[in-house]
Amino acid sequence: MAATDRQCVFHAAELSKVYDMGEVQVHALRGVNLELYDKELVVLLGPSGSGKSTLLNILGGLDTASSGTVRYHERELTQATEKELTHYRRYHVGFVFQFYNLIPSLTARENVSIVTEIARDPMSAEQALALVDLQGRIDHFPAQLSGGEQQRVAIARAIAKRPQVLLCDEPTGALDSSTGVVVLEALQTVNQQLGTTTVVITHNAAIAEMADRVIILADGHIVEVKQNSHKKPPTEIVW
Amino acid sequence: MRALDIKLWRELWHLRGQAAAIALVIVGGVAVCIMSLSTLDTLVQTRDSYYRDYRLGDLFVSLKRAPNHLQQQIEQLPGVAEVETRVVAAVSLQLTGSDEPATGLLTSIPDHSDARLNRLYIRSGRLADGRRDNELVVSDAFAEANKLQINDTVVAVINGKHKRLTIVGIALSPEYIYEIAPGAIVPDYKRYGVMWMARTPLSTAYDMEGAFNDLVLKLQPGASGDDMIDRLDALLKRYGGRGAYDRDDQLSNRFLHEEFVQLRNMAVMFPVIFLSVAAFLLNVVVSRLISTERQQIAVLKAFGYRNAAVGWHYAQLVLLITGFGILGGYALGIWLARGLSELYMDYYRFPFLLYQFSPLVFIAVAAITVSVAMLATLRAVRAAASLPPAQAMREQSPENFRLFWLERAGLLRILSPSGRMILRHMARRPLKTLSSICGLACACGIMMVGNFQMDAIDTMVYMQFSVAQRDDVKVSFTEPVSSAALYSLKSLPGVAYVEGVREVPVQLRYQHRSYRTSLQGIARDAQLQKVLDADLQPVGLPESGLLLPERLASILGAKPGDMLTVEVLEGDRQSYQVPLKAMTKQFLGVSAYMDLQALNRLMNEGESLSSALIKLGPFESMDSSQGFDAQQASTVYRRLREMPAVAGISVRQSLIDSFYETLAKSMLTFTFINTLLGGVIAFGVVYNTVRIMLSERGRELASLRVLGYSHNEVAYILLGELALLTLLAIPLGFLLGAYLSRLMVDQMQTDLYRVPLVLEPDTFAMSALVVLVAALISGLMMWHRLGKLDLVEVLKTRE
Repeated sequence: MAATDRQCVFHAAELSKVYDMGEVQVHALRGVNLELYDKELVVLLGPSGSGKSTLLNILGGLDTASSGTVRYHERELTQATEKELTHYRRYHVGFVFQFYNLIPSLTARENVSIVTEIARDPMSAEQALALVDLQGRIDHFPAQLSGGEQQRVAIARAIAKRPQVLLCDEPTGALDSSTGVVVLEALQTVNQQLGTTTVVITHNAAIAEMADRVIILADGHIVEVKQNSHKKPPTEIVW
Repeated sequence: MRALDIKLWRELWHLRGQAAAIALVIVGGVAVCIMSLSTLDTLVQTRDSYYRDYRLGDLFVSLKRAPNHLQQQIEQLPGVAEVETRVVAAVSLQLTGSDEPATGLLTSIPDHSDARLNRLYIRSGRLADGRRDNELVVSDAFAEANKLQINDTVVAVINGKHKRLTIVGIALSPEYIYEIAPGAIVPDYKRYGVMWMARTPLSTAYDMEGAFNDLVLKLQPGASGDDMIDRLDALLKRYGGRGAYDRDDQLSNRFLHEEFVQLRNMAVMFPVIFLSVAAFLLNVVVSRLISTERQQIAVLKAFGYRNAAVGWHYAQLVLLITGFGILGGYALGIWLARGLSELYMDYYRFPFLLYQFSPLVFIAVAAITVSVAMLATLRAVRAAASLPPAQAMREQSPENFRLFWLERAGLLRILSPSGRMILRHMARRPLKTLSSICGLACACGIMMVGNFQMDAIDTMVYMQFSVAQRDDVKVSFTEPVSSAALYSLKSLPGVAYVEGVREVPVQLRYQHRSYRTSLQGIARDAQLQKVLDADLQPVGLPESGLLLPERLASILGAKPGDMLTVEVLEGDRQSYQVPLKAMTKQFLGVSAYMDLQALNRLMNEGESLSSALIKLGPFESMDSSQGFDAQQASTVYRRLREMPAVAGISVRQSLIDSFYETLAKSMLTFTFINTLLGGVIAFGVVYNTVRIMLSERGRELASLRVLGYSHNEVAYILLGELALLTLLAIPLGFLLGAYLSRLMVDQMQTDLYRVPLVLEPDTFAMSALVVLVAALISGLMMWHRLGKLDLVEVLKTRE
């Protein structure tokens, strides 16, 4: 299936980001052009400092671009106010972080509820946790869960509001290979069952094998976009 | 500078808000301590040098009349160093341009030389000359209050005769540092003054030629005062001696002593509170800092820094904050001590002040403060020093939360996750929550200690001058008079009602304890003077036996039913055994009470009165003073003053005014300082609590922001916890405040006055308000900071 047949979710044009660090200026992004489509799973691959996290943050409404534009559907994100960005994050985007960022004082169920309570038409916390295969650990606190389990709670929390996009920043970065695979499976399940456009950033090339498309960044540029003709299931991925 | 030192200063700069808040609390404690101790030191040194240089006597006695040659006989007594005999006369005064009654105590000074004992410090002018019969020296307090200057004239009624006197000097005496009328509660410089005339003219005017009626004596070193008192009393009995007494019973000295006791208590109590709060804050901030720096500590150790070096690094941080606090406290303390000493000068009349800022006090205060600070942070610093590098490098696992009992009981199901986050966070670390609550409660409590005194003073005045003492004017007679004298008072136009009182100077003894005071005989149907019981209800006087204020009973160690010895200090100085019948409540002074008839019976005298209480008004009635104006009142005063038997007149309203002017002024100065420092504590605690909450929860809150929570929703979680802590702390603060106020009240019990514990709603409200405002300001600052949370950065890094 060709990507162009699908609806475009994100459209970025000539996107640049310059961090002013006092005496030096760091160019994190240098004119990135990019389109992301409905239902696809994209891996942004690149070494550290390549600009992939900056790109993700701008797409997620956490950061703003120095120049260029990003459109989310018909909405211009680069012009959005703080309030609009909060609204955008609240109803359209799900985030998964490298270090899970669960609230230690809430159980798995409550960590999901904290998002479903402010969402429109969310699934139940139980449903979301079942989707990542955690129905058995629903009343456990983060401290009682393994790293992989914590990350799956984070995924459940991110997708419970049925977001259009799921943005994952090194979701397996803090996990060993076998646990990481379980987390990747969860991401794939969500992508397939809910059709959520999923962006995963990683410096681990092996993970790219499960993507629909792989976008490779280096030094603030997109250096290559690869269409995966043969997607590997996560269980076959090893690193 | 070494890298580690640079790190120290940078961190201090980073923590500047919190560090400043802690340092301010230390400033408060150190300042109060320095202020109280230095003022005390200043006053004690000044008093001692004043007593020494102006030769205050050791023993004092007044008598009816003794021939001058008795002086040699007294000088021969073993142990006597020096004797000064004097003529002392109570006079009433007429001041130009004032209708209000004023009275004075006129004391003789030698005709041509300086006195040997109780010398005068001449502030301006000169001593009175014995060759002139109209020269007067007045005390500077009286001169100041009445705007009298050299060459002004004063008319004194001496022995019923009007005498016009010219002021030639303005002076101070070590005998009257606290210049208060006998029987008065507070000084009233406008209406009572001490003054001096040369011996010869005064003796002539007072019919005391060749005689004296007052004596001051200096003992040889090592001589026993008590033995000398017995000898003097025996010797002077036939001359109408009223009982010798030493400095402990000397009025001015006793007031001064009581004041010093209070000051010393103040020097201990407030710094203890301040230092406890500062210790608590340091503990919290340093523990927190160290736990966020685990990895840095590990790295330092991995590079080979010793445990001691790491420990010292954090100890230095504590020392720096404490050091700034101590230095600030020194400066503020010195400034306050100067101000306070000068305030004391207003009613403790010293000719000079010898400011004392003893290095020992400063060193001791610093040593205590540093020790408290180090102790408070010892655990945290030691933990940092002994942290094994490998363990420090490891990631801290998420905190271990559990369902707590309220939840297991199902009580929290109704709450939103944000609500549950707040409660679980508080329940997760009960000790920490408790210590935050305690800190806030401390702030609230210390505010109450500052605030309650105003209400207490109002209550004292109300109970004393509206419930116990209802007269408008009190007239004291030169000699005891019969009750017939009341008729001539009652017949004065403008006098609505009169009743008589018998006051006898006595020495009360029980077992080995004794106390000099005045025994008041009050008619059983008295309307203008009431004796109050422990519940502040007027009580009827028993037919016989004594009533004593609780304070006096406890000084004597006597309880109702005990038999007391009453030594009368006038007339033929008989002793009587009288049972203690009941105890009374009295906020000002310590007089004993008895039924008037019983007292007259006991003294073997007929109906005898020493003063009269008068209610003014146009009609013969008890409650008729309305519609009676000041001009009519002053006519009554003038008529009273002209009566030869009248020694003194005191006007109730003037007493109330002077009470507020003097006592209340000094107490309220303290109150103001306390309130200010209480506010500092409140803000210090709240601000630190909030900053720590923010730094502990920043990551969590940033995650929520990323997940789509708005600024306000995130703030709710933090502010909700702050609000809950504050609300829990306030009732606890009320309890603590009530306890501290009670402690304060107990510390302030003196013979002069007992401050009642009166906690009015406004005290509670004000204290709560200060804490709430501090919470609100800190909350707003936090809200502002939450708006600037770096969402990207917080998510990238692990805590």
